[in-house]
Amino acid sequence: MAVSSQKTSSTRALTDSELTDSSGAWAREARMTASKRAQAAGLPQRRDEYWKYTRPDAFVQADVTLQASLRTSLGLFDRRTTVSVGFGDGKIQAAALPSAVHCTLESLASASVLDLHWARDVYGRLEAAGQKPVERSLAAVNTAIAREGLLLNVTGAVEAPIHIHATSSGHSDAIIHHVIKVAEGAAVTLIETGQYGARSNIVLEVDVADGGRFHHIRVQDGNERHMLTHIFGKIGAEATFKSFTLTSGVELTRNECVLQLLGDNASVSVAGACLGDRDFHHDDTVFITHDAVNCESRQVFKKVLRNGAVGVFQGKILVKAGAQRTDGYQISQSLLLDDDSQFLAKPELEIYADDVACSHGSTSGAIDEQALFYLRSRGVPEAKAVDLLTLSFVAEAIEEIEDEDLAQDILDHLTETLSAR
Amino acid sequence: MLNIKNLHVKLEEEDKQILKGVNLFLEPGKVHAIMGPNGSGKSTLSYVLSGKGGYEVTDGSAQLEGVDILDMEAEERAAAGLFLAFQYPVEIPGVGNMTFLRTAVNAQRKLRGEEEMSAGEFLKVVRAKAKDLKIDADMLKRPVNVGFSGGEKKRNEILQMAMLEPKMCILDETDSGLDVDAMKLVAQGVNALRDDKRTFLVITHYQRLLDHIKPDVVHIMANGRIIKTGGPELALEVENNGYADLLEEVA
Repeated sequence: MAVSSQKTSSTRALTDSELTDSSGAWAREARMTASKRAQAAGLPQRRDEYWKYTRPDAFVQADVTLQASLRTSLGLFDRRTTVSVGFGDGKIQAAALPSAVHCTLESLASASVLDLHWARDVYGRLEAAGQKPVERSLAAVNTAIAREGLLLNVTGAVEAPIHIHATSSGHSDAIIHHVIKVAEGAAVTLIETGQYGARSNIVLEVDVADGGRFHHIRVQDGNERHMLTHIFGKIGAEATFKSFTLTSGVELTRNECVLQLLGDNASVSVAGACLGDRDFHHDDTVFITHDAVNCESRQVFKKVLRNGAVGVFQGKILVKAGAQRTDGYQISQSLLLDDDSQFLAKPELEIYADDVACSHGSTSGAIDEQALFYLRSRGVPEAKAVDLLTLSFVAEAIEEIEDEDLAQDILDHLTETLSAR
Repeated sequence: MLNIKNLHVKLEEEDKQILKGVNLFLEPGKVHAIMGPNGSGKSTLSYVLSGKGGYEVTDGSAQLEGVDILDMEAEERAAAGLFLAFQYPVEIPGVGNMTFLRTAVNAQRKLRGEEEMSAGEFLKVVRAKAKDLKIDADMLKRPVNVGFSGGEKKRNEILQMAMLEPKMCILDETDSGLDVDAMKLVAQGVNALRDDKRTFLVITHYQRLLDHIKPDVVHIMANGRIIKTGGPELALEVENNGYADLLEEVA
């Protein structure tokens, strides 16, 4: 994707013809309506309450020129059997995507020229549903102008995880839109690693039908300079949705996750662990709507910050009238390794049902001196002891990963990352 | 082994003198016990010797095998052969007990310029030692001290001691919170480590523990000083008469 066209697209509305150029009927409609949504909402401003802790400028300014050299988690998860999908500078690399039993993999680029496609029921639809009550216009911009992404139609239990690994030559904007549809009773694990571009705007829409299971593991450790991601999820009855993100690279990240629990007995978990250093600014913004009976939702975020790094958490649980027996849990914690770093948290609960158990907590703390002494008294040098206590601190978030092997990979990767810094 | 001379220690944060001239000379292979009323400075002594922050040494010295240890970092003292069994072992969620043990063993070896223990060798050794302390595979796998009972925590301390093979072991109220059976098990673990080179300093409130770990020398500490030193019979005297008589004697 050329830098120049992306520069324009982020600052002004594209003309209809630019938007729908080579789009098939379904994509044309989705792009046009998304463009209208984006124009009606306008780009986020610094004064917007929803952008109180993170300046939107870097995501919307046209004149941001970025040069990033590659440093990513290449090799991570390689020892697991996965179905691999490569993105290079914002384009799916393999001419023919790999195939897997119980699912089809297609690229948005090729599917969007067709007049009819299954993705029309999801693409832009979940994003549109996620625009209320808070507008997320940069996600609408993405829907309107993204030309690439992975379309994954899951019809049964897919055994091996689907692994998206992105690489970038380092100075491109990437606007990527993935769509995942998990059919009734079907199951899939999606892994995302690497970097799409120097600046990226990524949308992931996930439609999990009744009894479906979707697991997502994401590693953001490239040195992408600015990264904005949105996950929009629609969760059916008895369905499971779990997403975990590890962030250790990236200068500025905002990960938004907007989930609608629409069927009874569903269960969702959104978790994240991040290691921030210096200019690092990391924002987790989560909005979970309970609109069915007896559903469980968990938000578990752990941020380790040092040398002036900033962590942000905005998490909301909305329990609609009638969503009885909701079990909502939300915890956001930061480990501040010095006095210069800061953690800004805004936990919110909005509850309109009367038989509900919701808990939330947010803390900031330093290294536990007693634990540090305990480790050192056993001969563990201070730096290594701090690393161990850091792992201990983020453990609760990693425990949200259901697959023990993948959790171990994340833990190993984190251990390596810590000892390398 | 350990030679403490005229040790004066105050709290770093406030002007409170805790140790007011402690003198102790511990020979290799001996078990010394320190008893004393609450607030006498027993735990402070163990912390200062093992390098915990928050204390300021205002006078005196402590040498381990002729080397001053008070200026060393806690990890250097550990590598030099000092070990403190904590009164309240710390829970570390998310870090497996085995990972912790192996990290500690290899960190000490590295600090001493020795070769690290291979994963296979480590596993063999730790399993054998854990078995003696009735520590099962599950306890080794679980996060450090998380969900452990009082007895399990103390056994885990002794396991660490057995793995690290220190020269100088300080046990800070290892009997606190233990029932009789748990105390016997812990004492067995300690006794198994006794030999003619390894020295122990056992801090306790009660004579009870000393029935199981027989001391060579007993010291009574009060108000930041050693006020009396004797044989095992001194512990029995305290058990029968309390500290009041001894304190009066000194005063």
